[in-house]
Amino acid sequence: MVPLSHVLGLSLILFVLGIAGFLFRRNIITIFMCIELMLNAVNLAFVAFARQQGQLDGQLYVFFVIVVAAAEAAVGLAIIIALYRNRESLSIDDLDSMKM
Amino acid sequence: MPILFYIFGVLTIIAALGVVLQRTPVYSALSLIVVLCSLAVEYLLLGAEFIAVIQVIVYAGAIMVLFVLVIMLLNAGHEIPSSRSRMARWLGVPLLAAFLFEMLFAVSRYLPVESPYWAAPLAAGPREIGALLFGNYVLPFELTSILVLVAVLGAVVLAKKQL
Repeated sequence: MVPLSHVLGLSLILFVLGIAGFLFRRNIITIFMCIELMLNAVNLAFVAFARQQGQLDGQLYVFFVIVVAAAEAAVGLAIIIALYRNRESLSIDDLDSMKM
Repeated sequence: MPILFYIFGVLTIIAALGVVLQRTPVYSALSLIVVLCSLAVEYLLLGAEFIAVIQVIVYAGAIMVLFVLVIMLLNAGHEIPSSRSRMARWLGVPLLAAFLFEMLFAVSRYLPVESPYWAAPLAAGPREIGALLFGNYVLPFELTSILVLVAVLGAVVLAKKQL
């Protein structure tokens, strides 16, 4: 069996890549996909800990995370479509009307 | 089988780099599908068969189709790099590196490689998951059903012609 720390290391690398994409990308759809990447990194940690503890609860949390991610994707993409209708742009540099 | 875990782990990281580094959103979305499918293999290796199947069907199937559809609908092309928000660049890189090394330190300190404690593998099929879902977790399950209903209504309202 693989050491638990290696699974958590993989999860950590995925999470950091998600944060990096969230910070440095300018396209709002790519940013949204980086959020999905972070959610998946956390899911991997949940599954690894569920396997380590020998309990199913961690897998149920992953189930709930996937359901919430589906709802989030539906609402988030609808917001992106509404934004594109109003601004004709997908770059977050153009979406700064709430900035001071 | 540890070797399979490492093969798919490397594949996951490469595809995740593709998600972050590709300039065209469609390529990012395709890389994300590779990430999701190889993570499903990791779940299988960790003994979570049901979650692996859900991952492929719901995540790689339904959610990513939604993403690709929106990318095509909005005709999202090449991303134009901009020099704005230099704050994220100058502050983000050191903070991100600090976070990475701190978490790696914590994992290697408190979970050393030479003490791989794993419980005995347990059955994680739909029967066991379902029994737990409608037993201990019945209230969160019902709450998620309300959440999904609200999300569907919200998506319909948001996507209307006049907002």
